[in-house]
Amino acid sequence: MFRYLVRRLLYAIPILVGVSLVTFLLFYCVFPPEQIARRNLSAKNPTPEQIQDWLTTHNYNHPLSEQFQKHMSELFLLRFGRADSTNEPIWDRIKAGVGPSSLIAALIFVSALATQLFLALWSAYFRGTYVDLWITFLCVLLMSVVYIVFVIAGQFLMGKILRLFPLAGYQPSWSSFRFAVLPVIIGVISGLGSGTRFYRTFMLEEVNQDYVRTARAKGVPESRILFKHVLKNALIPIISSTVLAIPSLMLGNLVLESFFGIPGLGSYTVDAINSQDFAVVRAMVFLGTLLYIAGAILTDVCYAIADPRIRLE
Amino acid sequence: MSDWLSNIIPFVIVITLFVVIRRAATQPLWAEAIRRIKRNRLALMALCVICIFGATAFCDSISWRKDKNAPSLSLIDRAFERPAEPTYSAPFATMTFGEPTPRPLLGKHWFGTDGTGQDVFYQTLKGCRTATIIGGFTLLIATPLALLFGMMAGYFGKRVDDAIQYSYTILDSIPNILLLVALLMVMGRGLPQLCIALGITSWVGLCRLTRGETLKHREREYVRAAKALGISNIRILFRHILPNLLPLVVISTTLSFSGLVLAEAILSYLQLGVAQGTGSWGNMIDGARLELAREPVIWWNLSAASLALFILVLSFNIFGDALRDAIDPRLSS
Amino acid sequence: MPLLKVENLRTTIRTRKGVAVPVDGVSFSLEAGQTLAMVGESGCGKSMTALSLLQLVPEPAGRIESGHVWFQDRDLLELTWEEMRPLRGREIAMIFQEPMTSLNPVHSVGQQLMEAMIVHGTAKGKEAQRRATESLDRVGVRPTAMKQYPHELSGGMRQRVMIAMALLNNPKLLIADEPTTALDVTVQAQILQLIRELQRETDMAVLLITHDLGTVAEVADHVAVMYAGQVVENAPVHELFSRPLHPYTQGLFASLPARARRGQDLATLEGRVPDSTDWPIACRFEKRCQYSFAACSAVPPKFQPAEAAHPSRCHLYDPEIERPMRGTPREEQEQAHALIEGGIAS
Repeated sequence: MFRYLVRRLLYAIPILVGVSLVTFLLFYCVFPPEQIARRNLSAKNPTPEQIQDWLTTHNYNHPLSEQFQKHMSELFLLRFGRADSTNEPIWDRIKAGVGPSSLIAALIFVSALATQLFLALWSAYFRGTYVDLWITFLCVLLMSVVYIVFVIAGQFLMGKILRLFPLAGYQPSWSSFRFAVLPVIIGVISGLGSGTRFYRTFMLEEVNQDYVRTARAKGVPESRILFKHVLKNALIPIISSTVLAIPSLMLGNLVLESFFGIPGLGSYTVDAINSQDFAVVRAMVFLGTLLYIAGAILTDVCYAIADPRIRLE
Repeated sequence: MSDWLSNIIPFVIVITLFVVIRRAATQPLWAEAIRRIKRNRLALMALCVICIFGATAFCDSISWRKDKNAPSLSLIDRAFERPAEPTYSAPFATMTFGEPTPRPLLGKHWFGTDGTGQDVFYQTLKGCRTATIIGGFTLLIATPLALLFGMMAGYFGKRVDDAIQYSYTILDSIPNILLLVALLMVMGRGLPQLCIALGITSWVGLCRLTRGETLKHREREYVRAAKALGISNIRILFRHILPNLLPLVVISTTLSFSGLVLAEAILSYLQLGVAQGTGSWGNMIDGARLELAREPVIWWNLSAASLALFILVLSFNIFGDALRDAIDPRLSS
Repeated sequence: MPLLKVENLRTTIRTRKGVAVPVDGVSFSLEAGQTLAMVGESGCGKSMTALSLLQLVPEPAGRIESGHVWFQDRDLLELTWEEMRPLRGREIAMIFQEPMTSLNPVHSVGQQLMEAMIVHGTAKGKEAQRRATESLDRVGVRPTAMKQYPHELSGGMRQRVMIAMALLNNPKLLIADEPTTALDVTVQAQILQLIRELQRETDMAVLLITHDLGTVAEVADHVAVMYAGQVVENAPVHELFSRPLHPYTQGLFASLPARARRGQDLATLEGRVPDSTDWPIACRFEKRCQYSFAACSAVPPKFQPAEAAHPSRCHLYDPEIERPMRGTPREEQEQAHALIEGGIAS
C-alpha cells in the first residue's frame, strides 16, 4: 500500500509539470504580461512608461526564460505571490476562503450523495414500475435545467417569496449554518438529476447479478439485500466518480458562492475574473489541479478498501 | 462578398447533414437504428423540437442589407422589425407600466419586453443561433480532434499513445470550469473563442473513449486480416476501424451537445460568455437575474430564456437517450 | 401426501419478441428423502420451474401465471413475497449453476454463511460462527475460508460453500440448479457425492436440475424429463433408463455414446427446441419426432398414465388416438429399446 502511494505520488509530478507548463504558455506566451498590464491599468491608452511601471511593481519585468524559472519554481513551492489587482498575498485569501468553501462543499457533497444514492436505490428497487419511470423522467427534467436557473429561481422562491432563509451572506461562526442552508439545498437539487441517473445504472447492473438471487434464495429481506449487498457492490464504481467530484465542488462552485456572497475560493475566483486578475486565476488553476490529483489518489485508495479483489501493490 | 459567403454556409451545412443522413440510411446498422427511432414517439417529438430550433437558427443566419450603409438584417430580424418600446411590458400586455403615465404599446409582444423595450420573444429566437453555433461548432472542432488522436493512440500504441495520453491527462487534471476560465480570460470574450475553449475542454472524454475502442478493434480478426493483406495503416484506420467507431461517436456527440449549451449560460454569468451584443440565452438570463428584485417582479425575461434553453436541452437529452438505445440496445437500461 | 407437489405451474416472461412461456403446465411431486432429477435441454424451462417454486422468477418481466406448489400442505404460490421469505433458505434451500458469481464478491465467506442463519434467527453471534465453521467442515472446506473472499476460492470450493450455506438451516428440500455444470469433471463427482451423503444424513428431499444423464443415473430416484416447457415423461430412474417411452427421451438416450454402438455415428436429435414465445399448438416435439403422424400436429397430447408410475406425454400411448399402422407401437418401441440397451449397460 505504502509503495503504491509513493508511486502514485511520483506519477503526479509529470502531470503537475505539464499543468504549470500549460499555464505558463497561456499566461506568459499567448497572453503576455504587457497585455495584462494594459487590461489592469485604468487609463485608456497607457503610455509605455506606465506599463513598464506596472510590470515592475507586479514582478513581471524579467526576460521570458527567467519568468519561466520563476513560474515553475514558485508554483511547486506553492508560493503564489501577490494578486495583480489588489496586490495582497494570494495565500492569505486562499487560507481565508478554504473554511467557507469546505463547509459548503462538504455539506453539498454529503447530502447530495445521500439523496442521489437513496433515489437511485429506490429506482433500482422498483425497476420497471411507474416509480422507476417517474424517477428517471424527473432526472432527465432536472438534467435539462441550467445550473444558474436553479440558483436564481431557488433564491427567488425560497429566499424572497417564502422567506425561509436569508437571501445571501455569511458569518464565520456557528450561525453560518443558517446561511449555508439555501446554497446547499440548491447545490443538492442541481446535481440530483445526473447523479441519480448515473448511480441508477450501476445499481441496476448489480440488482441483476447472481449473488442477489442467492441472497433472496437464502431468505434475506429485500431491504437488507439493497443496503448490504447491492449498495456495497455498487459503491465500488460509484467511488471513482464521487471522490473526483470533490475538487470541482471546492473550487467549482464559482456560481453558487459568488451568488450567495460566501467568501470562499469560488467567489475569490469570480472576483479575480471580474477584475482581470491573472495571478489569482493562475494560482487557482494550479490549486485545482493539485486537489484533483489528490482526489484521484484518494479514489484508488478507497477502491482498494471497498473492493477485496483489488490489492494495491 | 462576405455577406454572400455567410449566407452560403448555412445552406452547405443543411445540405451536408441531409446527404449524410440519406447515405447512412442505406447502411444496415444505421437503417436499423432509424427504424427503431421511428417507432419511438417521444424521440420523434424531441427531434421535431430540435429541428424547429435548428430552423430558427437557419433563418437567423440568412441575412442581407438593403443598401451599403444599412446593417445586415437576418430573416428573424426582418420579421420583428418594429419601433422600439419605451420600456418594460408584460407578456400579452397592451400598455406599459414602466413609466409614470401608462402608454399603449406599439406592437404585440407575446413574451413582453425588457427594460430597453426590446421584444423578449425576438431575443429568445436570436438565442437559437448562438446556441446552435456553440453546440455545433464546438463539436465540429472537438470531434475530429478527439477521433484522430484517440485512434492514433489506440492503434499505434507505445510512444504515440504515451504522448497523447499525457497531453489529455494534463488537460483532464485541470478542473473543467477553471480551464475554461483561464482560456477565455486569455482569449477574450466572443463566440469563436467560446467554441474553441469549449472544444479544448470537451475533446478529452471522446478521445479517451475512442482510444479504448480502437485498442479493442486493433486486436480483432478483421484488422489482422487487413494487415496481412498489406493494407496501409492509414487505410485500416479510416476505412476499417473508423466506421466501427461511428455509432459511439454519434451517441457521445448528441449527448454532449446539451452540456455545451448549458455551459454557455454559466460562462455568461461569469462574464466570459459571448459578447454583450450577441443575443444569447446565457446573456439574457444574466441580464434578467437582477430584475427579479424589482417590484412588480419582471419574471418573463428570465423565464423565456430559461424555458427555451430547457426545451432544447431536454429534447437533446431525450433524443440522445433514444439514439443510444436504438444504436446499441445492449447499452440501454 | 408428498413433501412437494407441483400442479399445472405456468410461468411467463415478457421479452422483446413477445410473451414467452418457459414453464407451461408443469406437474410433478417429490417425497421426503427422495431425489427427483429434472432433465432437459437448455431452454426447456427447468431452471425457470425451479425459480418459480421459490417465487424467484426475475422481476418484473417474469410472472407466475397459475398453478399450485404444495409444500407441507401449503400452497406456496398463495403466499406473498414476505410470507415466502421465512421459507426460503430455511425450509427450502437452493444452489445455483454459477459458483463464480453466485457469492457476493465484497462479503467474506463467513459473513455470507452467518447471514443465512441471522436473517432467520436460527443462530447468532458466536453460535452462528461455530455452526458456519462446522458446516464448512462438513462439505470439506477448511475453516480458514471463513475469513476469505469468494475470489480467493476455486470454483469447486465456492460450490461447496454454496452447499454449506444451503444446508445451514437443515432445509427439508434442496433445489440444486445444475450444481456441477460449471465445474471440472473430477470436481463434479465430488460435489454429487457430497450432496448424496448429506441427503442420507439429513433425510432432505433434493430437486436436482441437470441436462446430464450421467448425473441422473448416479443420484436420482425419480426422473422428470422436460421438453419445451412441459414435463413429457416421469418415471422412477430404473424404469426410465430401461424403458424410455417418450420419443424425446429415447432420442436423449440414443445420443449418448454407448459401447454397443461402437463404430456407428452418434445419433443426434435433428432440429431445435421451438421458440418459447410461440409454442406449437399440438405436440411440441412433433417436428423432431420420427414417429409423428397426423394427430401429432392437430391434438395436444395428454399426460397419459400409460402405466400408473410412468406417465408420458405422447399420442403413441394414448389408446383414444387412432394411428396409421406402420408396425405396432410395441414393435417400434422394442426396436428402439434394443438400440438403447447397450448404452445403458455400458
